[in-house]
Amino acid sequence: MRAASFIILFWVGCALAQDPALDRRVANLAHEMRCLVCQNQTIAESNAPLAVDLRNQIREQLAAGKSEREVVDFMVARYGDFVLYRPPLKATTLVLWAGPFLFLVVGFYVLARFLRGRQVPVPRLSADERTRAAKLLE
Amino acid sequence: MKRAVWTLGIFAGLVLLLAVGLRLNPREVPSPLIGKPAPTFELPLLIEPDKRFSEKHMLGKVWILNVWASWCPPCLVEHPVVTQVSRAGLAPVVGLNYKDTREDALPWLKRNGDPYQLIVFDANGRIGIDYGVYGVPETYVIDRQGVIRYKHIGPITADVVRSEMEPLVRKLNAGG
Repeated sequence: MRAASFIILFWVGCALAQDPALDRRVANLAHEMRCLVCQNQTIAESNAPLAVDLRNQIREQLAAGKSEREVVDFMVARYGDFVLYRPPLKATTLVLWAGPFLFLVVGFYVLARFLRGRQVPVPRLSADERTRAAKLLE
Repeated sequence: MKRAVWTLGIFAGLVLLLAVGLRLNPREVPSPLIGKPAPTFELPLLIEPDKRFSEKHMLGKVWILNVWASWCPPCLVEHPVVTQVSRAGLAPVVGLNYKDTREDALPWLKRNGDPYQLIVFDANGRIGIDYGVYGVPETYVIDRQGVIRYKHIGPITADVVRSEMEPLVRKLNAGG
């Protein structure tokens, strides 16, 4: 009896582990999420115990038929937008999203001013000089 | 002249940005759980494994939930402060023993003292995930309606207790 249940459990385990489509979905999601223990790694890359737990949590939930959206919502409800490598655009993250473009615009403005300042004005010829030049060219 | 003003302005801006930015603690991630009902759990007790405890038992009381583990050195650092908070009777302190084993946790309590009203045992850390735990120790203040009002990540210090937790618990206790 015990052996039988062990074998069943073993097969269920194998079936869960050998599902390449599920593996891919877990990996995709795990690459989108920040590990909160080692903040510059995704939970796919990190081997911190919490990252392992969260990967298992993603796998369990996807295997139970939840959608990617639902798993993401689950994580955000607990760890906040910080857990996402691509945080949503909203009031608190506006600076984050708009900042680089703002810097770009300011940079172009400064560059344009700088280049204009460097321009040496082309000297205008007076009427006399013009006639002299025309003579020389003849 | 004008250029000097520009350069100085940009420099001052940069200094200000760094002065603020470098002082922020990137480990203190604002918890989305503040103002939300405390996630429900029903866990066995650490010391009496056949008894179970749920956060619902604390409804009607302002209480403190302290997440700790015997494998966590900062937990040992904050332990005297937790003990102090509990002895002073500020609020009941419930422990949540996170991803630990009884073989390690019980001797740890024996060595360092047990200030907790009771301790629930979250062996696989599943309830920890619900509470958004990522850096033990973590400490929560939960109000009478069962809403999380405060969260501190990392060891609490006497200063944190005095300036943040005490006033909050007093206010919650007074305000109904």
